[in-house]
Amino acid sequence: MSILVNKNTRVLTQGITGATGQFHTRTCRDYGTQMVGGVVPGRGGTDFEGIPIFDTVEQARRATGCDATVIYVPPPFAADAILEAIVAGIELVICITEGIPVLDMVKVKHYLNNSKSRLIGPNCPGIITPGECKIGIMPGYIHKPGRIGVVSRSGTLTYEAVHQLTQLGIGQSSCIGIGGDPIVGTTHIDALALFNQDPDTDAVIMIGEIGGTAEEEAAEYIKQNFKKPVVAFIAGQTAPKGRRMGHAGAIISGGRGGAADKIAALKAAGISVAMSPADLGSTMKATLEARRN
Amino acid sequence: MNIHEYQAKQILARFGAPVPKGQPATTPDEAAAAFRALGQPKAVIKVQIHAGGRGKAGGVKIISSAEEAREFAAKHLGNVLVTHQTGPEGRVVRRIYVEEASQIARELYLGMVVDRKAAAVAVIASTEGGMEIEEVASKTPEKIITEPVDPLIGMSGFLARKIAFALGLKDKQVGQFSALLGAVYRTFTETDAALIEINPLVVTADGRVICLDAKISFDDNGLFRHPDIRELRDPNEEDPAETEASKYDLSYVHLDGNIGCMVNGAGLAMATMDIVKYSGAEPANFLDVGGGANAQKVAAAFRILLSDPRVKGVFVNIFGGIMQCDVLASGVVEAAREVKLGVPLVVRMEGTNVDKGKKILAESGIKVITANDMADGARRIVDAIGK
Repeated sequence: MSILVNKNTRVLTQGITGATGQFHTRTCRDYGTQMVGGVVPGRGGTDFEGIPIFDTVEQARRATGCDATVIYVPPPFAADAILEAIVAGIELVICITEGIPVLDMVKVKHYLNNSKSRLIGPNCPGIITPGECKIGIMPGYIHKPGRIGVVSRSGTLTYEAVHQLTQLGIGQSSCIGIGGDPIVGTTHIDALALFNQDPDTDAVIMIGEIGGTAEEEAAEYIKQNFKKPVVAFIAGQTAPKGRRMGHAGAIISGGRGGAADKIAALKAAGISVAMSPADLGSTMKATLEARRN
Repeated sequence: MNIHEYQAKQILARFGAPVPKGQPATTPDEAAAAFRALGQPKAVIKVQIHAGGRGKAGGVKIISSAEEAREFAAKHLGNVLVTHQTGPEGRVVRRIYVEEASQIARELYLGMVVDRKAAAVAVIASTEGGMEIEEVASKTPEKIITEPVDPLIGMSGFLARKIAFALGLKDKQVGQFSALLGAVYRTFTETDAALIEINPLVVTADGRVICLDAKISFDDNGLFRHPDIRELRDPNEEDPAETEASKYDLSYVHLDGNIGCMVNGAGLAMATMDIVKYSGAEPANFLDVGGGANAQKVAAAFRILLSDPRVKGVFVNIFGGIMQCDVLASGVVEAAREVKLGVPLVVRMEGTNVDKGKKILAESGIKVITANDMADGARRIVDAIGK
C-alpha cells in the first residue's frame, strides 16, 4: 500500500512534446508507470513513442480513463493547464512547472477548493511509490520500496533524505514533493493526513524550509492527530531576513517564517528534529529502533 | 523586484489612488526646477533608494525655496546614505524626488500581501501609521487589522467600509478610503505585485485621504506579463554579482561568510549553507544552479562565486536528478582552469552519472578534494580553509 499512486495509476502528460515532458514521460514509463496519454493542443491524433496525444484533457480523459495527470507546461500557461485538468475531473493533478505567478495560483486554489481534484505542486518534483509508480522528475533508482513516508517542500533535499534512508536499508512507502511556492495544492498537513491513514506507512520524514507558517501548522496537527513517529528538518537556518532563497516561498518576512520558530514548534510537538541535513536518515533509524525496543 | 517610491506613486496614480504631486530629479538644477514647477511655498524633498528609514537618516527634508532643493540635491546625489535598512555600506543616491507638502492630521498604515494560508490577497491596516509595522505587530497586535479579499469578488464595498470604520475614519473619508483601497487592490492584482505598502497613509488637515509614501515589490514570476514594469528595474540598487547571476538564470544571494557554495535545488542549497555553519564556518552565498544546468551555466556560477574576494574555499554539493554529474564536472573543470582556481575546492556528487563525473574531475589535473557525503564535504572544506 501507499498514498495516492500505485501500480494501477493511469497517467497523462500535459505538455508531452516539450523537452522536459518528453524526457520525464520516458523515464517514468521506464520506471514502470502506466503513461497512457498526452495532451498538446493542435497535436491530437499523433503520438509520442506510441503514447497517444490528444488536443484537450477532456478528450484524453474519456479515451484513456486516466486518473492522474502530470503538467510540464511553461509558467504562462500552467495555471490554465491545471484548471483544464480539474474541469475534466481528473482526481490527481501534479504540476512540476516552476515560476507560476502567485496570483494565478490564488485563482487556481479557490477553484480547486470546490472541486473533487487534488493538486500536488506546483514547483515540485512530483510523487513516487517506489517499485510501483513514479510521476515526476525524481531519480527513480535512489528509492527502495518500504514503510517510511517522505513529504517535502524541496526537490533535491527530498532526494538527499531518500538516498540516506536507502543507504541505511530503510525503504519508503511513498515520497511526495509538495513544492516550494507560497500557494500549493497539497500542504504538509494534507500529506500527513494521508500517511496517517496508510496502514503500510510506519513513520514519516517531513522536510520544511523557511517562509510561511506551514511547518508550525503541521506541528500542531501532528501533536493533535498524528499517530506515527515523525522526523523533521528545516532548511534555511542560516538564511538572512528579507532575502528570497530561490523558492518563491522561501523568505523570512514580517517577523515570520524563520527556522528557529519552526524548529521550536516541531520539538514542542514531540517531533525528532535533525539539526543537520546529513542526519535525516540516521535520525529516522534511531527513531525506529527506539520504537522497537 | 523592487522599485523606487516615485515610481510606485506613478503606478498607484495610474490606477486612481490619490498621491501628492511630484517630480523626480537627477541633478541639483532639476531639483530646483521641480520645486518651482510645484508652485507652492513648501515642498518635501526625498532621496530615492530601495530602502526604508530614510527620514531618520536625513534623507527627507521640508524645504521652502528652489535654492534649498538645489542644496539638498547637491549634498546627496552621488553620495552614500546609510539607513537602518541599508546595512553599514549604505546606498548611493542617484535620484531624488520633490513633491508637494501635506498638512498631516492622522497617520495610518495600509499594506497588501498574498496571504498563503487564505490563498488570497490580504489587506493589512493599522491606526499606527509611520512606524515599522513589524514592531506594531509584535508590541500591539490588537492594532493590526488583517482582512483577506475573496479573489472571485474582488474589493467589495462592505469590506472596504469595514476596514475604514476600524481605522476610525468618518464621514467623507470612508468613501475616499474605500475608493483608494479599491485602486490599491487593482494595482496589486493588475501588476502582479507581491507587496504594496502605504506607510503612512495620511488624513490631511483639510480631510483628504492620500498615500504619503509608497512601496511596491513585484512577483518576479509575473513580470513576463508586464514589460513596462520590468523596465523599472534599477541595477544600481542590486548586488552586481546577483545581477550577473540573473543573466544566467542562476538563483544567487550574496551573504557575509567565506565559503562559496554551489548546489542544485533551492532546498538543498539552503541545507548546504546550514551544514557549513553547523561545521563551524559561514556560507558566502546561496546559489542554486537549477535542474537543467549545462557546463556554461556551471562555469558562470563558479566565476560568480569566486568574484567575491571573501571566498576562501568552495563547496560544490550536487545531487544529480535531472542534473547530470558529468555535465557538472565538465563545467567545474572549465571554470577552474579559466579563473586559475587559487582556493580549496571540495566536491560532493551523488546521483545521475556520478561515476563519469568523478572520472572527469580525477583526470582534469585540478586539485579537487572529493567528499563522500554532505557532512563529510562540509567538514573537509572547513578544515581546508582553516589551514
